[in-house]
Amino acid sequence: MIFPRHLLSVDDLDYDQAVKVLDTASELSKFSGSSIKKLPTLRGKTVVNLFFEDSTRTRISFEAAAKRLSADVINFSVKGSSVSKGESLKDTALTLGAMGADAVVIRHHFSGAAQRLADAGWISGPVINAGDGTHEHPTQALLDAYTIRSKFGKDSEGLSGLQVIIVGDILHSRVARSNVFLLTKLGAEVTLVAPPTLLPVGIENWPVKISYQLDPLLSSADVVMVLRVQKERMVQSFFPTEREYSRHYGMNSHRLKSLSGESILLHPGPMNRGLEIDALTADSSRSMIVNQVTNGVQIRMAVLYLLLSSQQVVGEEV
Amino acid sequence: MIAVKKLLLINAHSTEGHPINVEITGSRISAIIDPRSQGELSNFSGEVFDCGGKILSPSFIDLHTHLREPGKEDAETVDSGLRAAVAGGFGVVSAMPNTSPVADTAGVVEQVFALGQEANRCDLFPIGAVTQGLEGKKLAEILAMAHSKANVRMFSDDGNCVSDSLLMRRALEYVKIFDGVIAQHAQDPSLTIDAQINEGALSARLGLKGWPAVAEEAIIARDVLLADHVNSRLHICHVSTAGSVEIIRWAKERGIKVSAEVTPHHLLLNQDLLSDFDPIYKVNPPLRTQSDVEALREGLADGTIDVIATDHAPHPMEAKECEFNSAAFGMTGLESAFAIGYQTMVKTSLISLSSLVASMSSKAAVIGGYSEYENGLMVNGPASLVLSDLSKSWIVDREKSNSKSRNTPYHGLEFEGVITDLLYRGEWVLRDSQVIS
Repeated sequence: MIFPRHLLSVDDLDYDQAVKVLDTASELSKFSGSSIKKLPTLRGKTVVNLFFEDSTRTRISFEAAAKRLSADVINFSVKGSSVSKGESLKDTALTLGAMGADAVVIRHHFSGAAQRLADAGWISGPVINAGDGTHEHPTQALLDAYTIRSKFGKDSEGLSGLQVIIVGDILHSRVARSNVFLLTKLGAEVTLVAPPTLLPVGIENWPVKISYQLDPLLSSADVVMVLRVQKERMVQSFFPTEREYSRHYGMNSHRLKSLSGESILLHPGPMNRGLEIDALTADSSRSMIVNQVTNGVQIRMAVLYLLLSSQQVVGEEV
Repeated sequence: MIAVKKLLLINAHSTEGHPINVEITGSRISAIIDPRSQGELSNFSGEVFDCGGKILSPSFIDLHTHLREPGKEDAETVDSGLRAAVAGGFGVVSAMPNTSPVADTAGVVEQVFALGQEANRCDLFPIGAVTQGLEGKKLAEILAMAHSKANVRMFSDDGNCVSDSLLMRRALEYVKIFDGVIAQHAQDPSLTIDAQINEGALSARLGLKGWPAVAEEAIIARDVLLADHVNSRLHICHVSTAGSVEIIRWAKERGIKVSAEVTPHHLLLNQDLLSDFDPIYKVNPPLRTQSDVEALREGLADGTIDVIATDHAPHPMEAKECEFNSAAFGMTGLESAFAIGYQTMVKTSLISLSSLVASMSSKAAVIGGYSEYENGLMVNGPASLVLSDLSKSWIVDREKSNSKSRNTPYHGLEFEGVITDLLYRGEWVLRDSQVIS
């Protein structure tokens, strides 16, 4: 199976490719339990983690993934330097290209930065989007899909028929965007729950249902994905107070009781305990939040492996 | 006594398509001859120029140009901007005041005016700032600019909106002293904080901060009512939405003294081009939907929108070679304006060639207060004439632009309609599509 050159958006993957990533992660997970976690697959390759925005957990996850495949990892943090002029992306990319990066994992505070890096011709290898502004975070959606699939025992297939609620700040969430388009591609039925101020204008054609109410949906949900709500949104009048948000949209122990059967709880982290989720819920048996972190490494291993090995195939064809 | 130079342009066609000869004496048109009824001029003792059957029309007038000098000469200078203007068939450009320093005093507008005279390629009329430093807080010395050598008649904070209602009212009232006009950049600032592209399905998917149509329309609605209330003249810069066209149509029906411009890029391009985050298409106001594009074309066709104005906005490469959010707003447009007007309005049979030319010349003259150009081709009028060849097409090559900047969104596109020659007040400034140095 040929993989796209870059992973910038979940739209870059068709159904079969997305399932292949999940299956590959599943294969790789068999090694994670063994005493020697390292595979020689990417020996001699250099993966650069190019982070324009702080995200220790995502960076560590990619770093662990690359190292378990025996790749060399360079962490490149660009903070506060001439970002306002915008020159740093190009100059940094040219530098990385000159240093022989085989793949670049980019995290950036601006939407579309990963695509700019991929399109502008400044570097030659694959670009993996590790979160760009409020656009996408494809590996997060893949690890969420993987976590859901593992829980519901649907190996080698999609998420057909599963009911997924994504609740929180959809407007500013790259996690929501990637999950909406990946989970629905894999067959899940997604409902977005948020106050209208935190839903983007122009989502009428998204393949989802929209609700302003959380409570009526809980009993039929298989998955509740709770998104982080940043406290500064309150200042910008997206909602009046933390308490009001929490009361209507926060996952708490009371709402936890409304969940039924095998349903699970996801959160991409970092959590604002007490705002969008309370401690009891976060630490409950339905919570898969720690599993998400584990699965993140395997998904990123799968992505690095598939993109970098597919790269060689493409190279041979040319 | 020095003999006055005489020039006879023969074998040209008018915008209506009939043969026309024009006699020029010095800097003025001395005769317009229809060779079918009046025959050729006899006893002509001067240079004769064979137009080879091309279209002869008044040179174009741009009401909205960013020349960047003083202050941002890395993007454009008056001279380079006027070279691009001339290549595009413009005999008049109106320079927006968002330079550094801002053109908000008599001193700066006179400096810009003098740079234009020095370049001596075409007319340059400065637009003055409405408020000091374009800050939207205190009126600039509008009367001083009006009475300066630059004779400013149009005022704008373009790039910024005069968003304060009371200040906008005062500005509209104040320019009545000399029958001036306020050109509003209609953009409610609080609705467009950090906005990047048109708000709608595309902004939702891309996660780029949306720029709602209502941010433009709400200001236009307020301003036409203010212009009505104080009975003054309002001009709306770069109209970009279907809703704006409707509001202006309503205002004109009501007799409100409002005029409006549309840019070539808003007539041709829509937001779909932005799906790859390429900042070359980043512009203020943003590219909108195809139905907005259609509404703008209809608005221009029915006269709701009076003129095409370029909003030529040169930027150095680094301002576009970056992340979308970091990139500057704007695109160059002087050299391609006529061809785009021809493609979007005339080839589509929405308007005639002569209407297109009027929307790029005489109608703009009326709005800008450039009275000698108001009547188009006219005996005793300025001999500023353009020749265009509609049988030829050309491919846009940004490297061949006369502008100092390369931020054209049309690179590689082919357009019909080549501007070949331009006469500016009796002097050739463009020949065979080459700017004369």
